[in-house]
Amino acid sequence: MTSDTSLRQTALHDRHLAGAARMVPYAGFSMPVQYAGILQEHAAVRHRAGLFDLSHMGQFELTGDAVAEWADGLCTNAVATMKPWQARYNIFCNERGGAHDDTIFYRLDGRWLLVVNGANVDKMWDLLNDALPANGIELQSFHGKRALIAIQGPKSVEMLASHVPVDIGALKYYFCTETTVDGVPALLARTGYTGEDGFELFVDGDAASGLWKNLLDRHSGEGLEACGLGSRDVLRLEAGMPLYGHELTEEITPIQAGQSWAVKLNKSFTGRDALEAQVAAGDYSRIAGLIMTGPVPAREGYAVQHGGQNAGDIRSGSRAPSVENKNVATALLDPGAAALGTELEVEIRGKSHPATVVPLPFYKRSQPSK
Amino acid sequence: MGRPEELLYSKEHEWVRVEGDTATIGITDYAADSMGDVVYVELPKVGAGVKQFGTAGVVESVKAVSDLYAPVAGEVVEINDTLENDPAAVNKDPFGSGWLFKVKLEGGTPPEGLLDAGEYERLTA
Repeated sequence: MTSDTSLRQTALHDRHLAGAARMVPYAGFSMPVQYAGILQEHAAVRHRAGLFDLSHMGQFELTGDAVAEWADGLCTNAVATMKPWQARYNIFCNERGGAHDDTIFYRLDGRWLLVVNGANVDKMWDLLNDALPANGIELQSFHGKRALIAIQGPKSVEMLASHVPVDIGALKYYFCTETTVDGVPALLARTGYTGEDGFELFVDGDAASGLWKNLLDRHSGEGLEACGLGSRDVLRLEAGMPLYGHELTEEITPIQAGQSWAVKLNKSFTGRDALEAQVAAGDYSRIAGLIMTGPVPAREGYAVQHGGQNAGDIRSGSRAPSVENKNVATALLDPGAAALGTELEVEIRGKSHPATVVPLPFYKRSQPSK
Repeated sequence: MGRPEELLYSKEHEWVRVEGDTATIGITDYAADSMGDVVYVELPKVGAGVKQFGTAGVVESVKAVSDLYAPVAGEVVEINDTLENDPAAVNKDPFGSGWLFKVKLEGGTPPEGLLDAGEYERLTA
C-alpha cells in the first residue's frame, strides 16, 4: 500500500483499502494493481466477471452544435457519422502521425463524452483547449469528480441486470444509455478493454463507493471479483488491444500499431498526410504479436533479433493464461521481421530466446456480444 | 502463514535455513506476496559460486521481473528444479516446497549480516 500523499485518490479508494488491494501510483492516483492476484482476477473476468475502478481515466464533456465536425478534424476515426448513444474508439495524432492518445468518444443526448488515458489527461486537456474555436463549443472536465466502474466478463449482463431498470442485454456493443444503477443516475456503456463482454458505468463520485459495495455484496457468491490494473493489462494484451505508452506512443502511429481500421483517410485530420504517406510507402516498422517458445517471459524493452540482426523491441509481455499459459508479447518490428510465422530471437539477460510471430489478437472470445 | 523463528532473513527478503555447513535459501512470504503470481524462476547453476548479497538469479511474476540475491556466500550445491514445472510453489509454500537453492557455506561458518525473525518482522511491519 502506498502512503505517498502527493497521489490523488479515486472515490473508491476506501473500498480498495478495505478489500486489501495492493495500491500503486498510476497516472497520479493511488490505484489497485491487484486484489487476490492477477491470475485469479484474470480467470474471474474470462469465466465470470470482474469489477474494475477506472476513475483515474480522464472524462471530458463537449457541448455545442459543431462538436462533431470540429473533432473530426482532430482525430483519426469518424465522429460525425456516430449515431446518438454510440461509442467509438478514436486516436488523436500529432502532425507526424504519432499518437497523442487513444480514446473513446461517446455521443450522448446533445453532448459528447471523451474518455482519455489517465496518463494523458493533462496533455489532452491542453490539446483540446488549444484547438477550441473562439465560441460555440464548451469543454468541461469531470476528471476525478466522476467515477468510472467497469464490470467485465461473460456473466456481467446477468449480474448487472437486476440493478438496472432497462434491458441491458438489448444494449448493443459500443452503445450506451442513461439510466440508473441501484437508483444512482449513471451513463451505462457496453464498452470495456478486456476482450470480454461487459459494461462501463459513469457515476457521480459520491455514489461510486456504495455502488461498488452493492455489486460485490450481491454477486461475489456468483464469482464477481474486485480486480486491479494488473489483470486488466494481461486481459487487454491477450485481446490485442494497444495500451498507450506501449503499442501506441507519440512515435508509434496507429498504422504501425495495427489500428488502421480506426483511421479514416477520406477526411482531413491532424496527422492525416503523414499516415497516408506511411500507408503508401508500406515499409514501416509495425506492432506484431509474439509467442515465446521457451518458458521465459519477454518484457518491455527487450531487444528482438531476426537472423542475428536487430529487428526491434518488445513493447508489452506477459504470461497469458488464455493462450495456453504461454508467454506472449507485442514487439515493434522492422517490416522484414514482422511476417506471420517468422522465427525471431528475444534477448533476455544476455541470452537469446526463440519466439514466433503470430496473429493478433492472441485471444478472441467465442461469443461476441450483440 | 507463520514465519519460521529459526530462519535468518535478508533485507532483500530472502530467508536462510542453516544446517551444518549448508544453507537453504528461499524468498519470504512478504516477497512472494508483493510480487504476485510467480510464473518463472531462474536459479544459479549447481557448482556456481555466489557472493553474499550478490545477484543469484531472477524471479518473475505475471507482470514483473525481480532480481534474486544470495544472502550467503558459497558454492551452489542444489537447486529446486521442481519449480521449473511449478513456479507457483513460491507463492503457495515459500518456506517449504517453494525453496530456491542450497549453498555450501564459504569457510563453513554461519553467515553474518542477516536478521533474525524478530528483526525481519519489524522490517516488514
